Formats: sequence, C-alpha cells, structure tokens
Amino acid sequence: MSIDKETVKKIASLSRIAITDAEADAFVPELNQILGWVEQLGEVDCSKVEPMTAVIPNKLRLRDDVVTDGEIRDKILANAPIADHGFFAVPKVIE
Amino acid sequence: MTEIYDLGIAGIRSGIADGDFTAREVAETFNARVSAAKPLNAFLVETPEHALAAADATDKARAAGETLGKMAGVPIGMKDLFCTQGVETTAASGILKGFVPQYESTVSANLFQAGAGMLGKLNLDQFAMGSSNETSAFGNVISPWRRNDGGNSDLTPGGSSGGSAAVVSGRIAPAATGTDTGGSIRQPAAFTGITGFKPTYGRCSRWGTIAFASSLDQAGPMAHDVRDCAIMLEAMAGFDAKDSTSLDLPVPDWEAALNSNLAGKKIGIPKEYRVENMPAEIDALWQKGIEMLKDAGAHIVDVSLPHTKYALPAYYIIAPAEASSNLSRYDGVRYGLRDLPDGAGLQDMYAATREAGFGPEVKRRIMIGTYVLSAGYYDAYYTQAQKVRTLISQDFDKAWKSCDLLLAPTAPSAAFGLGEKMDDPLAMYLNDVFTVPSSLAGLPAMSVPAGLDGKGLPLGLQIIGKALDEQSVFNAGLAIEERAGFVAKPEQWW
Amino acid sequence: MVKMTESTYRIQGGTGEWEVVIGLEVHAQITSKSKLFSGASTEFGAEPNTQVSLVDAAMPGMLPTLNAECVRQAVRTGLAINAQINKYSRFDRKNYFYADLPQGYQISQLYHPIVGEGVIQISLDEKDPDAHGKAIGVERIHIEQDAGKLMHDQHPTMSYVDLNRCGVALMEIVSKPDMTSPKEAAAYVRKLRSILRYVGSCDGNMEQGSMRADVNVSVRKPGGELGTRTETKNVNSMRFIQAVIEYEAQRQVDLIEDGGTVVQETRLFDPDRNETRSMRSKEDAHDYRYFPDPDLLPLELEDDFIFDCKASLPELPDEKRARYKNVLGLSAYNAAVLTAEHETALWFEQLLDTSDEPEKIASSAANWVTSELFGALNRLGVGIENSPVSPAQAAELLGLVADGTISGKIAKQVFEIMLETGDGAKKIVEEQGLVQESDTGAIEKVIAEVMAANEDKVAQYRDGKDKLFGFFVGQTMKAMQGKANPQVVNELLKKILG
Repeated sequence: MSIDKETVKKIASLSRIAITDAEADAFVPELNQILGWVEQLGEVDCSKVEPMTAVIPNKLRLRDDVVTDGEIRDKILANAPIADHGFFAVPKVIE
Repeated sequence: MTEIYDLGIAGIRSGIADGDFTAREVAETFNARVSAAKPLNAFLVETPEHALAAADATDKARAAGETLGKMAGVPIGMKDLFCTQGVETTAASGILKGFVPQYESTVSANLFQAGAGMLGKLNLDQFAMGSSNETSAFGNVISPWRRNDGGNSDLTPGGSSGGSAAVVSGRIAPAATGTDTGGSIRQPAAFTGITGFKPTYGRCSRWGTIAFASSLDQAGPMAHDVRDCAIMLEAMAGFDAKDSTSLDLPVPDWEAALNSNLAGKKIGIPKEYRVENMPAEIDALWQKGIEMLKDAGAHIVDVSLPHTKYALPAYYIIAPAEASSNLSRYDGVRYGLRDLPDGAGLQDMYAATREAGFGPEVKRRIMIGTYVLSAGYYDAYYTQAQKVRTLISQDFDKAWKSCDLLLAPTAPSAAFGLGEKMDDPLAMYLNDVFTVPSSLAGLPAMSVPAGLDGKGLPLGLQIIGKALDEQSVFNAGLAIEERAGFVAKPEQWW
Repeated sequence: MVKMTESTYRIQGGTGEWEVVIGLEVHAQITSKSKLFSGASTEFGAEPNTQVSLVDAAMPGMLPTLNAECVRQAVRTGLAINAQINKYSRFDRKNYFYADLPQGYQISQLYHPIVGEGVIQISLDEKDPDAHGKAIGVERIHIEQDAGKLMHDQHPTMSYVDLNRCGVALMEIVSKPDMTSPKEAAAYVRKLRSILRYVGSCDGNMEQGSMRADVNVSVRKPGGELGTRTETKNVNSMRFIQAVIEYEAQRQVDLIEDGGTVVQETRLFDPDRNETRSMRSKEDAHDYRYFPDPDLLPLELEDDFIFDCKASLPELPDEKRARYKNVLGLSAYNAAVLTAEHETALWFEQLLDTSDEPEKIASSAANWVTSELFGALNRLGVGIENSPVSPAQAAELLGLVADGTISGKIAKQVFEIMLETGDGAKKIVEEQGLVQESDTGAIEKVIAEVMAANEDKVAQYRDGKDKLFGFFVGQTMKAMQGKANPQVVNELLKKILG
C-alpha cells in the first residue's frame, strides 16, 4: 500500500496539521519507507489470534456515582489562551 | 571522602540518618551542580527552592524524631513528562510552552510524599518520541560522556529520558524519574552507564503523566545502582484509582528482599536477539553477562521468542496510533500554544497551532498513527499489530515455562553522536530492537551498566522478568552489578 | 402529495409511489449524579465551566474512570426492551476535532456495545394500542460521552466554549430501519421515552436536551432496494422529528425524479424554515478512526450484576397496560392513557391503594382521572406530579360519590373548590352544606309544597300530560338547592303524582 501526495495531504488534514506542498512531497517517501517496513506484519498468520486488549490481566473497575470534582473553574481556565466571562473563547464557528 | 554529589539515594539516606550532613546541604550541593550544568541542556526548568523546601522538611522531621520517608532528603530530577503543580510542564514540545499544571501527577506526588525534593524538570525527546533526545523543541541534551578518542564530539544521552540519564550519570542529580514506552528508560540508562528500571505495566500510575502511547507508557526510576532503583520504585509505584489500568496490588519491599544469590534461577538467552550486524563488543558483553549470572548460581538456558522480529513494526503501528489520538487534545483551545492566522476559522486554527507546536518527529508519528487507523486500513495495520502483540506476549509466556528471567543487551550499540541518525527515522527506530518486545508485553525490565566499549563508552545489559516479578529482575541486576564492578564516570568537562 | 392510509405512508411522485424508510439514533442522557468518566456534577443550568473536572477539560495526563451507575442504567434499559446484554463490552475512541470536544475524541462503544438487539412495541392508535401495534427492532444501545456547548452569539468574532455538559453520560439507542412513516417514528420515540422514564435511566426532557435524535431517512420504490440515507443530526422534539422525515422524504423523491442522486451526508434541521440542509465541512465525518481506548480495560459484567439490574426494574408500560385491562377491567383507552406516563400510573395506583378492594373502584377512578383530573391539569398547565389534588384527596372525593353523600354533579363542584383551596372534599361538603338529601320525609315535604303551589299543573299531569314530570323534578330540585338525591326525587314524584 503505497501512499501518494494526495493521501499525505488527506492524512495531514485529518490530523489537523497544516503542511505545505513541499512538506507533503517530503513526507511521501518518508512515510512510504516506514509503512513499507511495518507491512512485514502481514506475513504473520494471525487467523487464530485475538488482538491484545489488556497487556497485564486486569479488570475494569467501576467508580461510585458521587460528585467528587468540579467547581474549579479558575484551574480549568488558568492556562487558556483566551478566556472570557468564564468561557474558553475560540474563533467564531459558523455551523 | 566521598563527595555528597557522588552519593545515590541509599547513601544520602544513611548520611542524613547518621547526621553526616543535613538534607539542606544535600539540596544545596545538587542545586549548585544543576546551575553549573547548563552546557548539557538537561534541565528545562530549575526548581532549587522546591529541593530546599523538601530538604528543610526532612531536616525538621529528623530533628523531631519522626520516621523519615523512603526518599527523605533526596533531591531528584523530574522528567518533564510528569505534570508538576505550579511548575511549567511541556513534554519538551512547543505546543505546551507556558503550560503550568494546576495538579500534581500521581508519581511525582508519591515521590514528594516520600520526602523527595525536585531539582527541576528534565529535557526529553518531544512527547517522549525519540531515542536520542534530539526531538526536543528546546534543544538536545548533550551526554556527559565523551569518546576516549579525544575528538570531543557531542554524544546523545539516549532517549527519550535523555535529560534524566545525563543528570544522573553526570552526578548532577542522585536520581531521576523516567518513562519508558519502548525503551525510553533502559536505552538512555545503558548509554550513560546508569541503572534504569521499567516496572510491570500498571505498577506506576499514569495519572498526570503526559501520555505518549497509553498501553505502553510506564514510569520508572533512573539511578546509580540497583538498590537505589528499588528504593525509588517503591516510592513511585502503587495503586491509583484514578488510572483504570493501575494494578490494585500492594507494593512489595523490593529493597529489603534484594539478594544476588541466583541459585535455582534459570536465565533464558533468547536466540532471536542475536541480530544481524550486532557489534562484536555487544555480543562479548552479553557473553560476559551470562558468565556473571552463572557465577551468581543461575542456570543458563536457550529460549526462543519467535516473533521478536515483528515487535518493532508492531510497536511502530500501535504507539503512533495511540499517540495520534492522545495528542489530539493539543488544539490551542484550553492551554498551550495557539496560532491564529488572520481571518482563520476554528479548524484553520487547529492546523496552524499543531503545525507550529509539534516538532517533525511528533508530526511524523501523528501522521503514521492517523493513517493506520483510517478507514479501510484499520484492520490491516492496527488490528494486525495488536494480534502480533498477542503473539509476542505469548512468546514470553512460553519462555517462562523454561526460565525465570531473560538476559539480553539493552541496545544494539553504545551512544552515538548527535546528528548521526536524525536523517533516517527508521535507523533511529531500530535502536529499540531489544527493549520494545518487553514493552509490548508489559513486562518488568531493567538495564544495568556492565562495561565499556573500545571508545570508553558505557554498555548496558538488560534483564527482563515475568509480570509482577520485579524482585527477580532486581536480584539478577544486583548479581551483574556486583560482578561487573562498573565504576566508570564521565569526566566533568562542562 | 402525501397519502395516508391506515398503515402505509407513501410519497406520490411523478414516477409513482415511494416508500420511506426511517431509522432513529436516540441519544438519551443517563440519569446520574456525576459524569461518565469523571466526578464532576451533571446538574443542569450551572455557571459555565463550573461543572468541569481536569479530566473533562482533557488536561494533559488525565485519565477516565467509569461510573458504575451509568453502566447499571444502560443494562437496565437494555433489559427493559428485552435486549441481549453483552457481558463483554469495550470503549472505543471516535476521533474528530471540534471545540466542544476537548480530548479530540469521544469515548463511545463501536465494536462491542454493552447492549445488543432488542425490540420496542409501538402503536399508531393511542386509544387501543393492541389494535395497530408494530414491533420496532433496536439494533444496539451503547454508552458514550456528551460534548460541551458552543455559544455563537455572545461575541462578534468569537464563539464561547462551556464544558459543563462535556462528559455527561449518554445512551445511544439505535433502531433498525423499521419505521415507514413520520407517525411511526413519533410513536417510537414516545414509547422509548416512556420506557426510559419508567426505568428511570433518563428523564426524557427533550427541551433540556436530555433526549435528542439523529434521524436517518431514505426512500425507495415499495419493496425495492434500500436507498441512500441521509442523517439529520440532533433533532430535539417529536414534532421536528416528523417534520424532518416529511421534508427529507419529499426532497429525496424530488431529487431522484429530477435525475439526481441522494448523497450520504449529515444534515441539520432548521426549525424556522422547516427544512434540512447539508452541514458544511463534514468531510471527515466518515473517518473517525475508531480504536479501543487504551486508557480503559474491557468492561466485563457478572451474572449477579445483571440479575440485580433485572430485579430492580419496575412493572413496565406494556405489562402494566395489560394488567389494567385484564385484572382491573379498565377500558383499552383508559388502560393506555393511564400507563403512557409512569407518573400517571403511579398516581392512579396510589389512588387505588386507598381502597381495600381496588378492582371495585378502578373503573370509576380511571374515568375520573382521565376526564376530570386530566381536564383540570390541562387547564392549569401542570403535570400530574404537580397536581394540586393528591391521590388521597381524590379518593376521599370519589368515596363521597360512591356512598351517595354527594351527587356526581356536586362532585364536580367540590373538585373545583378543592383545586382552588386545597381543602379536603369532606370539609368542603360539610362547610358548604352540599350533602345530598336522600331523606324521603324531607323530600316529600318539599314535593307537597311544590304540588300545592302548582295545583293546575298537577291536574294537567294527571289528565295525561306526562311531559310535565320533568317540571316537578326541576321544581323540587330547585327548592332543595340541587342537593336532593335525584333518584329518590324521581321515585317519590312517581309515587305521589300517581
């Protein structure tokens, strides 16, 4: 599965990473090299193998339904690039 | 007399207990070492006042006759992947520049609870993605070690916990925290002649540690020797209800049970780790290790881990896939960098922010991760990789039927020069060939320094144990440590 | 042109009739105190960003921990629709970027949902549900996180982000494409809402966004291959759901007949224009890069847990309706109306509980509740849970009618006073002297007076002018201010007039 420049641009867009044309060109051989290498996994017969879920056997614990958190707006907003009237602010979104 | 800065955790502990020096003297000593070590670029933030405050608390507690914590009076370096309350935490990425956590990671909180102080936040590969510390947005760490060829070229301390390795080997901090996703504690420990331990996945809480690959990330100690690692890991580990993958098990007293007599233990030598083009020096070191373990009473057996060659490719699907998702939160909305070009909308802001904030290796891995999870490729890449991971884990399970521990080199070479591998990502990835399989299986593993190569650079041996059997790993490490007699230290040139 | 027959809904196009195929994905907020993966409160209407934990804000290094109550409520809901409960389920990440989604992914369940296939019985005839019933398949129920909220109208160039809702637990209840008309879709949502409220797993409050639907619509020639569907997101009322279906079906038919093709896409409903439109910039919508969340382990349920969930379920609407009909002997209509809402049924049952023989009063009580009480509540604009008259007070009133103390007519008068004053029926009847007069002596006395005052009419009646009987009844009742027992008055008049 070899990827082309268009695919690189699509991945970059899905990843929300702006790239220039030149950068996309540079990514093509680089990603192809890495992907070509990982594709050797296809050799392994995994028809009877389950994908790994928990690396060390462990059970998902359930938390009691109790309010233990919140009311920390100052902490939540402390690092915000822009906070206004208790909200985070982002460029206007048109839906 | 031994200088304070030559002491490790156990030495500082007994010195304070015996009244040889105060914790404050220790903190002042290391604070001075930190200030003097700027050429190494190991610290991103220095926190001398934190170290002093913890030291004073220890001195006060000792004066009051209180029982001191395991790490009382020990000032440590903190890998900048652990969020520290009120202290800038960036994961060495521009995207988190200026981010000041309003919370303390469980691991750092546990260490402070045990009496440790913090000298500062340590440089690393950006988001722990790298094996040479060269992906940091704030410049690479320079290893205190130099080749004995008189060339004085700068070497890598390894990565991703490069800052941690550099400061411990340079006697700038008596110990430091590390994190290991595919070898990020063990490889830099090997490159710098120190001891580094990655515990069983789930021993150390991941809460408050900036995530790289959630199913692989584990915190661990980096210190002078096996005993120090045991002490420090006891302080770091423990059940944490805030981490759903945390193991609800008591923390054993590993230090108290240290025992280098390996009589009755079987050590497996995995034949697949004898890779092509392995330098003769590495092979020779491995042989030396085998002899040392035999000498400690262990029985050596050959074992096979047939899927070893697939570990790296599986890792380079799973880790980037998880990372691509884990790093989606860095979007310029709530914290960190925001790059808002004129007239940009929300999605443009994301793309510009992430373009400006992430380094090339991080972008590369996000792109790979996004691709392998994308529609139509998920099964061929991600599901297949997780199946191979199951096979790799099963390889270990089978090996444990004939042995208790595995011995292998930590890395396929000694430290390399900065810039030597940066142009070839794949060559860089191959550095993790011996450390990644045990990471994929979540097993405890450590690197102990065992010798020097022809150029005077440290080489490490790796011991891999069964899940939850950290004790046997520590014990075998101690057996090697006692026999290797590794005392080499980098000359202070900085 | 829409043609509605009893069970088929067809769009009449230029090329003939078209059938509509509808599937609904209902997002129901699970009733819980804290969020799905954090300990922050779920309370509605708090100050912005005050009900947000470090986890909800996706601070670096934060990790999810699963709320037991949300799991329990999802399992109870599954059991209530006779669905398969999956003892093994997993949480997956659905990756996309939006300002209301701090993690950059929503934790959901794609590959292994907690609840599998189930079924919901709906009816198009509320008066007799058994007559026009239909079974709608439920494909699955899974648990997921809600997103935060964006506000666009507070600042000229910025949108504001409030994360209070972010991380609140939702159940997504996915139906099979089994519905074929707007009415069926509405009936399905109504029934689902009723079940959720009975179970207590969701308050069903559509105005507050506790329940909203993604509406999947496609059209096809009757019996033909399924067409391409569109998904209209976040429709938050029963009326809008029907409007979306009507609009989309017609739009798709027009599009196809004009030679176009329906594009599989996400659309938005605009209630002001009563139309749907394509959502801009949703090119990523079909590449969410789902994968199992590595921060969470598989969720494994024990048999005991499922058993306890089952044991905790109340009697559900279908069972209750059958019991009301078959055991209490209510009419199909009364049984349906009284069981549609859990609160109504509870109120009605409290009323019955005041009697030692509930079966005996059930029918009259049911009639009274569905006519008098509902009428009054309607006028007052309050729900039964806020009724100014309690079940015990109603029982007192109905008791006075049953034992003949007051007439049905007076009862209406007393009820009005009860609604106004909150006083009990007995007190009102006593204070206002509304007790019915059944004493024959007293009535005979009045009759004698009436006859004496109207001797001419008595003579006419006795001469055969039968219809004057009503005149005497009226005069007698009037003289007794309406309190005379009308039956006794009738009997006595017949006897005395001869």
